[in-house]
Amino acid sequence: MKPSTRFLVAAAATLLASASHAVTLRTADQGDALSMDPHSLNETTQLGFTANVYEPLVTRDSKLALKPALATEWKQSSPTSWVFTLRRGVSFHDGQPFTADDVVFSFQRAADPGSDLRGAVSQVKEVRKIDERTIEIITTVPLPIFPEMITSLSMMNKAWCEANGAAKPVDKRKGVENAASVRANGTGPFRLRSREPAVRTVLVRNQQYWGKIEGNVDEVVWTPIGNDATRVAALKSGEIDLMQPAPVQDVERLKQDSNLTVLQGPELRTIFLGMDQKRDELLFSNVKGKNPFKDRRVRQAFFQAIDIEAIKTRIMRGAATPTNLMVGPGVNGFLPELNKRAPYDPEASKKLLAEAGYPNGFEVKMNCPNDRYVNDGEICQAVAGMLARVGVKINLEAESKATYFPKILSRNTSFYLLGWTPTTYDVENTLYNIMATPTGGRGTFNLGSYSNAKFDELTGKIGTETDPPKRNAMIAEAMKLHAEEFGHVPLHQQALAWAMRKNVTIDQRGDNIILYRTAVVK
Amino acid sequence: MIAFIIRRLIQSIIVMGVVGFVAFSLFQFVGDPVLAMVGQDATPEQRAELRRDLGLDDPIPVQFAHFVGQAVQGDFGMSYRQSRKVSTLLKERFPATMELSIVAAVLALVVGIPMGVYTALRRKGWLANLLLAVSLIGVSLPVFLIGILLILVFAVILGWLPSFGRGQTVSFGWWSTGLLGRDGWAHIILPAITLALFQTTLIMRLVRAEMLEVLRTDYIKFARARGLSDRAVYFGHALRNTLVPVITITGLQLGAIIAFAIITETVFQWPGMGLLFIQSVQVADIPIMAAYLCLIALIFVTINLVVDLLYFVVDPRLRVERAGSSH
Repeated sequence: MKPSTRFLVAAAATLLASASHAVTLRTADQGDALSMDPHSLNETTQLGFTANVYEPLVTRDSKLALKPALATEWKQSSPTSWVFTLRRGVSFHDGQPFTADDVVFSFQRAADPGSDLRGAVSQVKEVRKIDERTIEIITTVPLPIFPEMITSLSMMNKAWCEANGAAKPVDKRKGVENAASVRANGTGPFRLRSREPAVRTVLVRNQQYWGKIEGNVDEVVWTPIGNDATRVAALKSGEIDLMQPAPVQDVERLKQDSNLTVLQGPELRTIFLGMDQKRDELLFSNVKGKNPFKDRRVRQAFFQAIDIEAIKTRIMRGAATPTNLMVGPGVNGFLPELNKRAPYDPEASKKLLAEAGYPNGFEVKMNCPNDRYVNDGEICQAVAGMLARVGVKINLEAESKATYFPKILSRNTSFYLLGWTPTTYDVENTLYNIMATPTGGRGTFNLGSYSNAKFDELTGKIGTETDPPKRNAMIAEAMKLHAEEFGHVPLHQQALAWAMRKNVTIDQRGDNIILYRTAVVK
Repeated sequence: MIAFIIRRLIQSIIVMGVVGFVAFSLFQFVGDPVLAMVGQDATPEQRAELRRDLGLDDPIPVQFAHFVGQAVQGDFGMSYRQSRKVSTLLKERFPATMELSIVAAVLALVVGIPMGVYTALRRKGWLANLLLAVSLIGVSLPVFLIGILLILVFAVILGWLPSFGRGQTVSFGWWSTGLLGRDGWAHIILPAITLALFQTTLIMRLVRAEMLEVLRTDYIKFARARGLSDRAVYFGHALRNTLVPVITITGLQLGAIIAFAIITETVFQWPGMGLLFIQSVQVADIPIMAAYLCLIALIFVTINLVVDLLYFVVDPRLRVERAGSSH
């Protein structure tokens, strides 16, 4: 495979241009992007990195609001179809123009069994090329938030993928590698110069980029450093300029270092507790013949027994935003006026338990991961301690995510902790997956089977209602219903923390995606 | 001789088979790899389908037979998480681990032998006792702590050496080396010291003990009586006779160094096989874990075999007495 001469000339030009006054940003992440293929894994580390190289039709700004990228405008032409107008004068890094065929191809590629972005396109029936600049997408059901759903779906070049045997994402079952895992050809503000998995990945500024690049970075050197202490040391010694995440236990110390700044903000992910409300007798409890969690008063008692401020200050060291809702700020459908927690009140909690028929509390097992979310194991220990004060004895089982998730996904639990980020940045994703009664595809992660017919009806309508004010009214109603019934016990949104040298500034996004185009190194 | 080699080879194959099976059985308890292969939005049906297609629902003996069948052809399948071949991944990481291990082993020898000789000759000297005391501390501190301390002192406070990674490397075919440039050497110093510390103290104590024993023997007394210089007595006669066990132990310890490199690699983000293994354990990437354990077992078995054969060549008594007993 010979790279085109055009590419070589461009690369040489970039090299020469950057040789004089190249601004380099050296950055470290706790994990490596596992592939350069933007369709192979639906995970923040990977998609966040490839978002610097590849672009979707519609993207998000630093506040996570929609903004045009490869499509300049879009509209819903009928309940089940959307029309996108493509941007003119965009070319891929290898020089080929971006066309409607590439869009059709990219949607097909993302729907392949080897793709992990199938969720985003599962309701797409057909992608039609109307002319060179216009695409029509037919969906199987009305999708009012379709543009929101495809902000992670990157556009790839058809000819390049076919020439490199990468017309489909790697299917791990077949055992055939392809070039898109280690090389890239996008339209984004940075091009991939070199890739050494787990060692170093280098991006260089795309001089032919169609838009304006806000920052001044010419080159990004990206290194995974898994060990927290080593990552902190590398930043303090000046070997790297930016790191993500800053470990919770080190944030205060990093802030005191006059050479460093720490950027913190709430992440989109919400951490919550769930309870089995379906079985007539809990699998792991000393209460026999009935299920205490079916009683709203017991759920409320659990909620009010938890001292969320103590969890915030002692365990999260301030790096958390307590919440009463199952989604956080930045998610469409987040309602600040509903975000008021019932007060922490152990006495009220004891009273509720007594009213429900458990004056002496009861015993129940709690399942918890200890390596998935920030301080997840410690949070569960604290919750167990707090519940002990109102008479509920928790048998805590904290374990690695690799064994935890298979267990709770098969619903072998009575009481568990989970975190969720709505990948569409819209509350409907949480309502549908986490809160609706499990039937068909719905409620897949509603592991305690909270169930309310009215709520389910609203969820269905919210999914297809195209009028925003009406839709928002229904969202408010559904969220209120769930909060009043204490369907789950929301805890907090954990905070993102990035640490960097004083001379670096960058925009922080609530989805933890780092866009190097916004970075300025002074 | 040939019968002996064949017997040892058969034993090695049995050992490999047992290691492979134990490792493979353990993996049934490390959790569900499918979890790490798909994003949170994947449906249970998609997960079940993937699990079935990967053969994870088959009985363990069937999975194991399939694994062995592929493994003997050098094919360990595809990493569940990285969408690349396990053999490619290990090949990429192998040079980094080997360079670190060899540099650490050489360091341990170069520092450990002179220190052992010195502490044996100046048994009552204060410096010898100090070295012994310090070596005790070195052995008792856990490796990750030593690594972090070295990073703190030499990277953060003094700023002399880099804290992570391997630096610039040069490739020769599939082998990459960092030992041709200044940058690579700067990067290897701290991890190599961390990894070598335990071996250094081991070798030092071994040499010391052997030296003390040899110095009491008759031929040393005769050598002195002949009026040979101290230098000739100590280094020409005494040290040479202590080195046989030292070389044996070092050979065997090389396997240990390669295996223990896991922790050092994790602390220094050294891109070797150990780091790959740890990352794979966290996400239950079974093909990589299985391949790594088999490779490490193979290295141990090979070194053992070579050492046994060397004994056979070096020590004439074994050729007569040998009756299936091994060390």
